[in-house]
This record gives sequence, structure tokens and C-alpha cells, in this order.
Amino acid sequence: MALTKDLGFGPDEQLVRDQARKLLSDSVPVDKLRVLVARDHHEAYETKIQPASWDDGLWKQMVELGWSALSVPESAGGLGMKTIVSVALAEELGRVAVPSPLPATLAATAVLKAAGATAWLEKIAGGEAATLAITPESGSWEPGDTDVEARAAGAGVALHGKAAFVQDARKARLLVVAAKSAGGVALYVVPVDAPGVTVTPDRIVDLTRDQATVTFDGVAVDAKSVAAGEGKGKAALETALPTILTLLAADACGAAEWQLQTTADYAKSRVQFERPIGFFQAVKHPLVNVMLGIDRARSLTYAAACAIDEDPADALRLARMAKAAASDAAAFASDRSVQLHGGIGFTWECDVHLWFKRQKHTEQLFGNATQQRAHLARILEAAV
Amino acid sequence: MSEKRDTQDQAEFREYCRRWLEENRPPAPSFRLPISPIEVSSEEQRQYLCAWQKKCHAAGLVGTDYPKEYGGHGHKGFQAIASQEMGRAGVPFMINVIGLGMAAPTILVHGTEDQKRRFLPPLLSSDEIWCQGFSEPGAGSDLASAATSVVREGDNWIVNGHKVWTSLAHFASWMILLGRHTKADKYNGLTYFIAPIRDAKGVTVRPLVKITGETGFNEVLFEDVVIPDSLRLDEVGKGWTVAMTTLTYERGAAEGAGSGGGTSVEEYVNELIALAKRTKRGAATAWDDAVVRDKVAQIAIRAEGLRQNARRMRIEALVDHPMRIPLQSKVLITELIQDLSALGVEIAGPHASRYLGDPGAPDGGHWPHAYMNSYGMTIAAGSNEIQRNILGERVLGLPKSK
Repeated sequence: MALTKDLGFGPDEQLVRDQARKLLSDSVPVDKLRVLVARDHHEAYETKIQPASWDDGLWKQMVELGWSALSVPESAGGLGMKTIVSVALAEELGRVAVPSPLPATLAATAVLKAAGATAWLEKIAGGEAATLAITPESGSWEPGDTDVEARAAGAGVALHGKAAFVQDARKARLLVVAAKSAGGVALYVVPVDAPGVTVTPDRIVDLTRDQATVTFDGVAVDAKSVAAGEGKGKAALETALPTILTLLAADACGAAEWQLQTTADYAKSRVQFERPIGFFQAVKHPLVNVMLGIDRARSLTYAAACAIDEDPADALRLARMAKAAASDAAAFASDRSVQLHGGIGFTWECDVHLWFKRQKHTEQLFGNATQQRAHLARILEAAV
Repeated sequence: MSEKRDTQDQAEFREYCRRWLEENRPPAPSFRLPISPIEVSSEEQRQYLCAWQKKCHAAGLVGTDYPKEYGGHGHKGFQAIASQEMGRAGVPFMINVIGLGMAAPTILVHGTEDQKRRFLPPLLSSDEIWCQGFSEPGAGSDLASAATSVVREGDNWIVNGHKVWTSLAHFASWMILLGRHTKADKYNGLTYFIAPIRDAKGVTVRPLVKITGETGFNEVLFEDVVIPDSLRLDEVGKGWTVAMTTLTYERGAAEGAGSGGGTSVEEYVNELIALAKRTKRGAATAWDDAVVRDKVAQIAIRAEGLRQNARRMRIEALVDHPMRIPLQSKVLITELIQDLSALGVEIAGPHASRYLGDPGAPDGGHWPHAYMNSYGMTIAAGSNEIQRNILGERVLGLPKSK
């Protein structure tokens, strides 16, 4: 099959991205973000339960614009748009660092799509936010590694155990749960308020997300809850993995670009030794290196997004590269954004820590740069 | 992978290139071939490589994009495919690299009709070799301080000065020369010429020896050398503008009249893996070391990133600033080659102490040689420090260093 010349990013795709860029920059300016998540440092880190503030009105607006339906197939009431559109959207969300259930919902959508769970995809297209509850407490990101068990209970099945590192659990309505049994791994969709489900928020560094450990204490599931039957869950998670990695890489790229532009602007205005500090090569060259890292990561991210739709056999290689490059770019952009702001960059008052913290979180999700490269080396070896 | 994006015409041309290269691959010479055109030093190397370029040109793999009236093949947009396939086939490189990559596109943009008809055909066929006269002892990173003087006398110009780091000058018929017609204005005081080198009165070419021990580049002295005004490229005082065209091509921001051959970056990544797998470390191999695998994977990501940058560069909606990616390519490719060569040395361990000509040297001594040689590329064409100034100033809008 011939790959498209424009990476699948034509006028329709650009329209959605540009509209998102405008809406998000208009509705989530930095001062509003600060009011939402960083008004007070005691509140952010010292209250019994960490707040998880977000703007429900903005989410409703996103749903009305069709963002939750973007990557849902048309057969399930969605818009059936290309992966690169969701990826471009994830980049815009990272750029404004907005707390939103959308990134988690896009990841859950990828899994449900791979599982062919049409009924649940319809709910997402209709505006129900969802998140993945597939990760064990060990933090293994291997598809199918889960601490949740599906045990026979009467005519049906009940879920027991817990899922860790569940993203934006307090913003989502639906949990996509990976559960193991003798027949292999299955995927179930469970409402967060179903009897037997307990959401225990983690206290996390990142103020723009929430994260929880979710316990399942005999949660009854029926046939309607099954997204992928016993033995079919792992394959669905494997199919969705390149999309999940690429969405995260895009978030990191968008956030890193904000860090780069904000720090470059500061270097143009902050005067020391009678010159704007951006004159000095000790400031200028590292900022250029941040840019080189971002562009490598962005190019790989779009290439991975395109491959997911047009060349699936090569998608995991590119997605691993994209997530590795984006995690490295995120780390370096974060490092320089704080350091080059000098004393003010170390304070709560300066905005850069909000993005710094989001990046630290994104870097680790579904494997940091080192972990991606360990997998990648095996893929490369097989191709030699 | 790139072939998946080909149109039918492109796919057919790619197939033609592959078949032709398969059938016409030249036999390995009895002497050692250098790894790039800038180390060609002996007459036997020159003859072998010129014959190969001539053959590739006749077959349409060089000058592919160029108009037929200038010795090209009028197959616009297809040079990149021919170059890719030559890289992939691992055939010898094109010797006339300065001509193809820099002189030809500069002449095509700024030359008169007569200049194009006179100079492009023998350039493409390598009947005439070209060299570049930009750098001087006092004009390296600050190229616009070039001081080689050009003084008008009637229909001629008299050239006096000293050019350095001039690859291929010892074989060259012609040089693209940046000269100074007035000291009154740094940038507008420059004028660009095509200068005769071979057998020209007053021109002295002296070889310089590099840290690798090889010659291949030179210093060129001009003493009252007479050049007719018909060899001036573009207007008097436009030298800097013309030089920027040349540098755009030299720094890899645009496709020239052909390149290709030699080893591609992707192949080097595979060679690194192969080297790591056969390098013994006790009972295990270097590849069994997770740190080595991580470093190889880092290189592979940088190599793929370069390819994907080139792909994204053409999609306006996915770039924030038109020069942002093009201006990065020189820094990225040269540092990638440097770091991957250094990694080859690290993986080979004590074996990497053995140099060219030692029978026990892995890959014939390629890794330490390529590593040392890579500094030519990170320094040439505007050192990478200057490239970072340019990127910081033009793309990020940071205050100018000068």
C-alpha cells in the first residue's frame, strides 16, 4: 500500500488541529490554569486527598466539538478520523497542560477499537470519558500483565484485585479493565461507580493530572461488560500499544514546545551584564539543543501516527522511537526551562513547574526512554 | 520504507535504478577506496571514481533533475530516488561532490545561460572536477570576513589571496571562489567567481595533511591570477547572496545534482549491531550488554529522526517555522556520524586501536578512521557552534552574537 505524502495530515485534519489550538489557548490561559491547579501549595500537596480540579464545562465543549468521537469508527457513531488527528490533539493538550479526561479517553478508545467493542465505543463517542485500568502495582507496562483476576461467580464473572497508575480516574466515567483467568486475559468495561469499585487517589507530583489505584472487590460483570473475551485481551492491548505510546509522545512534544518558547521569551527579556541573557551562548546553544530534541520527537511521533493507519507492521518500532525521543526531549526541555529561568524558575510563582511536573509524569507512562530503547533494540536486532 | 510513498512513475524509476545498479556495480579496485570524496588522493582512485560517475551520469542517476540542455536528464524530482538507491546499493560515491552538491545548484540559480551550457555538462559527467574556495586562514566560521582580493582591470579581474581546506583542488579544473572587491562593506564587498585552477598561471595547490594521515584537501594560493569577467557569477557585490545559495546546498537543506553511493546512515546502524554481535566480551558479546544496546538504540533513533524530519519538512501544516528543520540538518547529520563512529570504537574496544592496513582491525580500521575524520564535517560548512548561533537567532529569535 502506498503511504500518503502528507503523513495523512491534509486540510480536514489541519482544521481540527487548528480549531483545537485556538479553543485551548483561548479557554485555558496560564492564569486560569494556575487558579485551577496551583492556587495554593498547601492545597496542592498537603490536603488529605489531593484535589483533582478540572473544568467540566470545557470537557462538554470538547464533546460537542466531537473530540471524544474523533477516533471512534463511524460504525460506532464516531467520526472515524485518522490517528494523526488524535495525536495532533494530544500535542495541543500537552501544550496548554490542561487537566482533562481526553488523553485517557483517547488511549481507552484505542484499546476498545482494537477489541472491536462497538457498544462501548458508542458511549465514548457520546461523551462518556474512559480510562485504562490495566497496570499492576509493579508498574509493568507489558500488555496483559495485570493484578486483577476474573473469577466465576454464579452465572457470570466477578473481578477481584487492583489496578495501579490509573490515569485521570476521577475524571473518567468508565474503566477499561484487564483481568486474567485460566483462559487468559480479558478486557471488561466497568463504570467507576459500580458496586465493589474503590478509587483511591495517589498523591502525585503532576498537578495537571490525577492518578489512582482502583480496587475491585468482587465487581460483578455481565456479558455486556466484555470488551474482549478470555484470551483476547492481550492481543487487543498489543494492537493498541503503538497508539498509546504515540499519544503520550505527542503530549510531551506539545508541552516541550511551550517550555522552549516560554524560556526563549524569558531569555530575550531578562537582562544581566547589560545584555538579554539569550545573547550568551551558554543560554542560546542549550535552547537550540532543546529544539533539536523536540523536532526529532515530533517527526517520529507523526511518522508513528501515520504508520499506525498505513503501515501497522512498522508502527511499534516508530512508536517506541517516538516515545523514547519525546521522553528525552521532555526531560531536557524541563531541565533547561527551570535552570535558565534562574532563581525565579525555582519558585512556585513561576509557571514553568506546572509543565515540568506534567513532563516528569508523561516520561514514565508506558515506559520511559530507557525502557523504550530496551524494547527497540530487540526490534532492530530482528531486522539486521 | 520510503518506497511505499512512491507514485507509479517514481516506483518505476526506483526499480530501474535498482536493476541498473545491480547489473553495473563496478568491480572492487585492487587499491583502497577512501570513505568519502574529500579523501581522494591518488590518480588511480581519481580515474576509477571518475569512470564510475561518468557511467552513472550516462545512465541517468546523476544530474537526474537537471534540464537536458545543461547535460541533465530533465527528470525533475527524481534525483532523490537515484541518490537513495545508490546509497542503499552500497556502490562507490560520486567523486565530483563539490560540483554536484554545491557548484551545480549555485550555477543553475545564479549563472548566465552561457555559463550553464559551458559548465554544467562536464561537471555532471565528472570530466571536470570542482572545488570550493570559501574558507581562508582568517575566515573560518566568520566566512564574510574573506579577504582574497579581486580587482577589476578592464574585462578581467586580478585575484590575490589564500584559500584553505580545499578538498579536491589537486584534481580540480574549476573553483567556486568568494572574493573581495572592496573592504568598504563586509557583506556587500564580496563577489563570486568561477576560477580556473588546473594549469592556471599564478595558482599554487599544496596538499594539507589531516589528523587521519591522509591528504585530499589543500591550500590554494592565488598570485595575480587573471580571470575574465565572463566567469563572474551574478552581480558585483552579490557574492554573499550567492554564497548563501551554495551553503544552503552544502548544509543539506536542499537536494543538489546528485550524490549517493557510499554507506548510508541506516547501513551504519546495522553495521554497529553486527559489530556488537561479533565482538567478544568473555563468554558473551558486546551486544549482550544492555548499555551497548541502549547506545545503539539512541543512534538508531537519531538516524530515523533525520529521515522523518526530511519527510515532515515538506508538510507546511506540521512545521512552525519554514527554516526550522532545514537549518538543523547539518548539525544533526554530522554529529550523528561522529557519535556513531565513536560508538563503533567503544564497542570494538582494544581492537579499535588497530588502524587502516592492520589485518586485525575490525572493518578494516573503519571505526577509528571514521571517528577522526568526522571532525572535518562538524567543523566544515560553518562549524556546528555557528550553526547553533544561526538556529538560535533565526528560528528562536534570540539576540545576535555579533
